[in-house]
Amino acid sequence: MNSAPKTPRFPRVTLCSRAAVPAETLFRSAWLLDPRADLNGPADLLVSDGHVTEIGPPGSIDPPPGAEVVDAEGLHLFPGFVDPHVHLRTPGREDEEDLESGTRAAAAGGFCCVLAMPNTDPVVDGAPVLRALQERAAREALVPVGFLASITRGLAGAELSEMVELAAEGAAGFTDDGVPVADARRMRQALQYQRLAGPVLALHEEVPELSGTGVMHEGAISTLLGLAGIPSISESVAIERDMALAAYEDGRIHILHVSAAESVAAIERGRAEGINVTAEVTPHHLTLTDDAVRSVDPRFKMNPPLRSERDRQALIEGLRSGVLGCIATDHAPHSREEKEEPFERAPMGVTGLETAFAALHTELVAPGVIELPLLVERMTAGGLPYGLPTPTLAKGARADLCLADLEAEWTVGESGYESRSENSCFAGRRLRGRVLMTLAAGSVAWRERGFAIRLAEEDDQPARVAARKGTA
Amino acid sequence: MKHLLTIADLERSDIERILSTADSFSEVAGRDIKKVPTLRGRTVVNLFYESSTRTSSSFELAAKRLSADLISIRSTGSAVDKGESLRDTVATLSAYDPAAIVIRAPWVGAADIVARSCTASVVNAGDGKHEHPSQALLDVFTLRRRLGLESLDGLNVWIVGDVLHSRVARSNVLAFTRMGARVTVCGPPTLIPREVETLGCDVSYDLDRLGEADVVYALRMQNERMDDAFVPSLREYVACYQINSRRLQPRQVLMHPGPVNRGVELSADVMESPQALIVDQVASGLVVRMAILYDLLSARDQSGERGGTPEPTVGQPA
Repeated sequence: MNSAPKTPRFPRVTLCSRAAVPAETLFRSAWLLDPRADLNGPADLLVSDGHVTEIGPPGSIDPPPGAEVVDAEGLHLFPGFVDPHVHLRTPGREDEEDLESGTRAAAAGGFCCVLAMPNTDPVVDGAPVLRALQERAAREALVPVGFLASITRGLAGAELSEMVELAAEGAAGFTDDGVPVADARRMRQALQYQRLAGPVLALHEEVPELSGTGVMHEGAISTLLGLAGIPSISESVAIERDMALAAYEDGRIHILHVSAAESVAAIERGRAEGINVTAEVTPHHLTLTDDAVRSVDPRFKMNPPLRSERDRQALIEGLRSGVLGCIATDHAPHSREEKEEPFERAPMGVTGLETAFAALHTELVAPGVIELPLLVERMTAGGLPYGLPTPTLAKGARADLCLADLEAEWTVGESGYESRSENSCFAGRRLRGRVLMTLAAGSVAWRERGFAIRLAEEDDQPARVAARKGTA
Repeated sequence: MKHLLTIADLERSDIERILSTADSFSEVAGRDIKKVPTLRGRTVVNLFYESSTRTSSSFELAAKRLSADLISIRSTGSAVDKGESLRDTVATLSAYDPAAIVIRAPWVGAADIVARSCTASVVNAGDGKHEHPSQALLDVFTLRRRLGLESLDGLNVWIVGDVLHSRVARSNVLAFTRMGARVTVCGPPTLIPREVETLGCDVSYDLDRLGEADVVYALRMQNERMDDAFVPSLREYVACYQINSRRLQPRQVLMHPGPVNRGVELSADVMESPQALIVDQVASGLVVRMAILYDLLSARDQSGERGGTPEPTVGQPA
């Protein structure tokens, strides 16, 4: 189901990043993989003036004067990933993340575009806050950032935000992420207003009364630990309600971070009935279960919680079938002091930008659970629900791409994080697959340190040295 | 064994070892001078973030009977109330080089946090709604003594009441089943946690088959549960789940972790009947907690080498 805006009169989503020198780079003998452009094989790819200008057989393209040459034999070149769900904690908690550190973490993970959630302090619920953020992103962000605005003022659930004005300023979508829109009437009104404003409503689905004081998935592990549980149906019941409302109002909704088997089934039914609903899933819900919470380590505390193996399998199946159309990290940085509190008191959320591809490659692709092209397709599809273009390697496209070494093994956190926070649920894990270089909006946004050094050591052509300009 | 954090960590042999130590301490408890010098010169810290009468007092007395130096800290009036994190409080207390820290806190895994952030042996005296292992050990001890049994093999135990919010229920299901008993948890469906069978017990929502039980273990029905409307009314709860002389059969024994809500989960008559082990449980609490401290701390003295049955009784009165 395509989720492009229904009428073209709506304002475009504004994406902002700081100005950078357009890349001049030849990727020599890389394995190009872009399922949408039907690319899957070794080739040379030339980026000139920030655009893909030439694709040819390995060794066929001569670098133009001054271009950097990357010997990419054995490495994979993918379209840049798009993360439709990150928390950049700005404004308000710049100690946890800011636009610069958050987008550097994104670039390090191969993302060439991210969409930031509005649950900041102050909340992005009015045009002035949105404009200020866009201006700041235009100075600080290493990859383009779009901003969602809140559905209700202050996320309080009582009054709608000024959706029309926010959309006119380029809000990517509307969401109260972090909390559900509990009041069904308010949700209905937001769907009615969507006709006027345009952007998709991105929904954090939860019935507060069913979640109660829960801090983890309700099941055998919560029973063993004596921790209050959040039942799966807290999510699926809310999804069923909002799909019914969307159907009635002919609205368009995107379900954030789907975690439960019941939810996947509900969305599948809804889509079959023609409801305009898309959905995303996180790397942690695809790779971990509530079994990890046995450690009572707050690094495994997030909302929605890690669920059972049965749920995880349903999510993988949903990813395969397309019911879950894209992967979103729900990157949620938290300060060390807060995350070191006892489990019940620690805040919900884990970081994810830097580990998303590696974790999914290690846990799903390497063991053969899903194919690499499917992973690349789902990691690049995050902009679709928001009507954003999907990155591609096709000739003529702006250079939004990432270079990865699928054989490289690394330990998460071994050399710190680009994010300002370190609450990764994969900390200490050995992962296979590493992003070496990311081009976003036509410029080099990231270069893995070890990779840069290797290039320098192997340099024997002056052109390569001369080409190291405009890098991160 | 360095720490006592959960029953889930224990093997049956661990439980048997601690209880046989407790048997030895029972002899000490019968003497005129009840003190032994086992832990002389060593420091035990009692760190209680929740109100407690019997657990804190019995750990305090246990430490004193073993001649340890004792520091008792309650959240009221301490740095804990001033916003100091658990880790920082433990770091501060570590400056006294305690041999053991006994901790009760309203957070699951609090004892694990303490164990990870200091070198002392840690005893979990209750962490949130997770576990209360010393209670489970003293309950097994009480039962073995009363029934004159070495093990609980084949014994039928019913745990009745608010299982959802009970750390005692969790630890006791695990401890009783480890020792060979068959456990049934019983209570209103709203107060039975999901997938509780995975703990290794059966579930019943009524008392119809209570006659099968050899042991009836009633849990405290906390009044605050009424505010959350877990049950329609206390009156109806009493009608459905109260253990009274009509329901309790003469061959059954009755246990309760205390404090009892008289007239709610137990009627006054059964509390005072000879079948009730409630006072025995409190008495067992002291010797079992002495045994726990002894087990954790003596093991470290002997650098992992344990000399078979400990002989606390041979020590001269301190």
